[in-house]
Amino acid sequence: MSKHIISVLVQNQPGVLAHIAGMFAARGFNIDSLVVGRTEDADFSRMVIASTGDDQTMEQIRKQLGKIVPVVKVQDLSEQDIVERDLLMVRVHCPSERRPELYQVTRIFRGSIVDVGRTSVVIQLTGPESKVEAFIELCRPYGIKQVSRTGVIAVARASERPATGKAVTAKRRARQAVDTTDDSATPALPPS
Amino acid sequence: MGSEPQGRTAAPASRQNPNPPATPARRPGSQLLHDVLVEQGVEVLFGYPGGAILPTFDTLYESPIRFILTRCEQGAGHMADGYSRATGKVGTALVTSGPGATNLTTALATACMDSIPLVAITGQVATAAIGNDAFQEADVVGVTRPVTKHNVLVKDVKDLPRVIREAYYVARTGRPGPVLVDLPKDVQVALAEDANAGQLELPGYRPRYKGNPRQIRLAAEAINRSERPVLYVGGGVISAEASEELRQLARKANIPVTTTLLGMGALDEVTDSDLALNMLGMHGSAYANYAVQASDLLIAVGARFDDRVTGKVETFAPNAQIIHIDVDPSSISKVVDVDIPVVGDAKTVLAELLEWVEHRERAPWFEQIKDWKQRYPFSYQKQEGTILPQQAIEEVFRATNGEAIITTGVGQHQMWAAQFYKWRFPRQMITSGGLGTMGFGFPAAVGAAVGRPDRTVIDIDGDGSFLMTCNELATAGEYQIPAKVIILNNAYQGMVRQWQELFFQRRYMATPMTNPRFARVADAFGCTGLEVSDPKDLPDAVRQTVATKGPVVLDVHVAPEENVYPMVAVGKSLHEMEMGGMA
Ligand SMILES: Cc1ncc(C[n+]2csc(CCOP(=O)(O)OP(=O)(O)O)c2C)c(N)n1
Ligand SMILES: [Mg+2]
Repeated sequence: MSKHIISVLVQNQPGVLAHIAGMFAARGFNIDSLVVGRTEDADFSRMVIASTGDDQTMEQIRKQLGKIVPVVKVQDLSEQDIVERDLLMVRVHCPSERRPELYQVTRIFRGSIVDVGRTSVVIQLTGPESKVEAFIELCRPYGIKQVSRTGVIAVARASERPATGKAVTAKRRARQAVDTTDDSATPALPPS
Repeated sequence: MGSEPQGRTAAPASRQNPNPPATPARRPGSQLLHDVLVEQGVEVLFGYPGGAILPTFDTLYESPIRFILTRCEQGAGHMADGYSRATGKVGTALVTSGPGATNLTTALATACMDSIPLVAITGQVATAAIGNDAFQEADVVGVTRPVTKHNVLVKDVKDLPRVIREAYYVARTGRPGPVLVDLPKDVQVALAEDANAGQLELPGYRPRYKGNPRQIRLAAEAINRSERPVLYVGGGVISAEASEELRQLARKANIPVTTTLLGMGALDEVTDSDLALNMLGMHGSAYANYAVQASDLLIAVGARFDDRVTGKVETFAPNAQIIHIDVDPSSISKVVDVDIPVVGDAKTVLAELLEWVEHRERAPWFEQIKDWKQRYPFSYQKQEGTILPQQAIEEVFRATNGEAIITTGVGQHQMWAAQFYKWRFPRQMITSGGLGTMGFGFPAAVGAAVGRPDRTVIDIDGDGSFLMTCNELATAGEYQIPAKVIILNNAYQGMVRQWQELFFQRRYMATPMTNPRFARVADAFGCTGLEVSDPKDLPDAVRQTVATKGPVVLDVHVAPEENVYPMVAVGKSLHEMEMGGMA
């Protein structure tokens, strides 16, 4: 099981989002997050879908996406060198006496305080998912009142580094070897 | 259009528009639709009218397109499907919004599971009313999305001609499937011109036909090395019209061939009987299942490793390398890991493969197969005074010289038909394999008979299955469409009863049925009704059914508790078959 970020270029048509989300649901694939946005071309939108699964599942996800007629292009960005970002807005319980310490943590994470109330503050933060999640963990002890995240978006890096992505080596789904010569082997092979 | 059906006369002169308009540039959507249908070669529509599709029906009043009024939209869908499977052309169904469209969904799902090209056009409430729970509104695009290859709601009449062309193109290319176009009433009357004639806008749709030459070479090398190869052939070979290439490959490389339910007829089981292993799977032949399990190379062509085929996946073809040739990349390595995948159209890939394979004797392998064939043929025990269902199918084979197109319902009779009719040509066997839709057989036979007036079309049906769609007897009766029905009437939902017998201690819950007198039902609908229960009368009754003009129903009373064997129980490996009375 590993995490993948899939970028899907779709024709801008009513119902494509429902189609893609429905396909994931119908085939039992996970969606960790799904972001849709317009692209440089008004006729097309891009979806960035974060999903977790083994290699076989990810291969099926790519292929099933490819089968949907308004889907123009499917890329598994995990196989490329990419920049990924998630945007977090979190409202944290924080009486005034604890603010300095929370501000400190926020600064270390390059977040910003975007709103302050009597007993709580709203913090905004962007970064790769792992950073966002680490920050949420640090907020937990204060008491999180509400979390809202965009989900991951990603693009390929501009700088041309060699791709770090792993080669797609299909692991063989174990079909148990059965000895053809041994009659007592279970399950017994056809009588000959 | 060939043969005009009896019972329908040509339109009276008064119906023809005396002075047709001089092809105006801007025409109503319904007329644009009609003309694209004609352009796409549509010769017949199966359907049912209603408010939201009325403007489109009006264009059919003086049209070269033949219209068949079915008695339920499900029937229209299955008829379009049967027409498609029998002819290789794209069948078309035309129905109204709401209940018309929802009635069609079973037929769409049936076609989708079996990769059958058809186009469904559904009326929809006016665009302004969409979303308001208007009268006879249903979110048809939403409802049918999981059971179509593609579907579209047309909101602007300007898009209509292109969308219809795209529908036919998508339906018949790549891995074929049903496409639905939802057509609001206002779009049918709005004016537009067919401006960008022929231009499709499908940037994401690129079916791949040519296989990768390197993969094909690898496949050929594996074949040339193999001692015990088996070709496992599915409906993809039928839809790609690749049975000739298959036959040549099997002969040249000397490889035995087993077919799935949808692949029956890809190889002529009579003239190529030395190579034919017949059907494999849950109720497949013992020799096909043994051969697959003992093979060292399995060459899957246009087949998708359905669970009814593989049995327990972990022990399926346990010692075999697997080559998988399929036009749909998502079929490959979905169920079983494949060693040599080849994405491409069966016809082109097989033709190319043919160049590279060599002939090999493989005498021990064919000896082994011959031995299995002799020891475990499909067989049954005759009974004095009672017709066995298998016997009835052998009789149908004899009476039709093996040349009929056969449709089926779903159940025991379907499996017996697959086992005991000998399949001789592609598109001969028309059956709901993937979805297993009871009630498919009869309307599919009507559609097939419309498409292939040159062939005898017989629905070998179950009593339960037939009752689900026998309302279409009215359609067959009205147009005198010569579909024949042979009901293997066991007064049971036999297949379910068999499972109850084997796995639920014979507790026959909801499977015995008190049936109507089918012959009289047929008669009431304007069809010929016949009945037989004595084995002595069977040959004559079947011959009479085939010889009688128009639609005929033969009610064959068969042994009620006969079981289908061999049987691979759920969860068992393919070679762990119950042989019942066979062995
Ligand atoms: C629409 C539908 N409902 C239920 C089933 C489940 N089912 C499979 S076979 C069968 C019984 C079929 O009975 P019949 O048509 O008489 O055929 P037989 O098995 O007796 O030959 C049933 C209920 C189905 N396949 N399709
Ligand atoms: Mg029955």
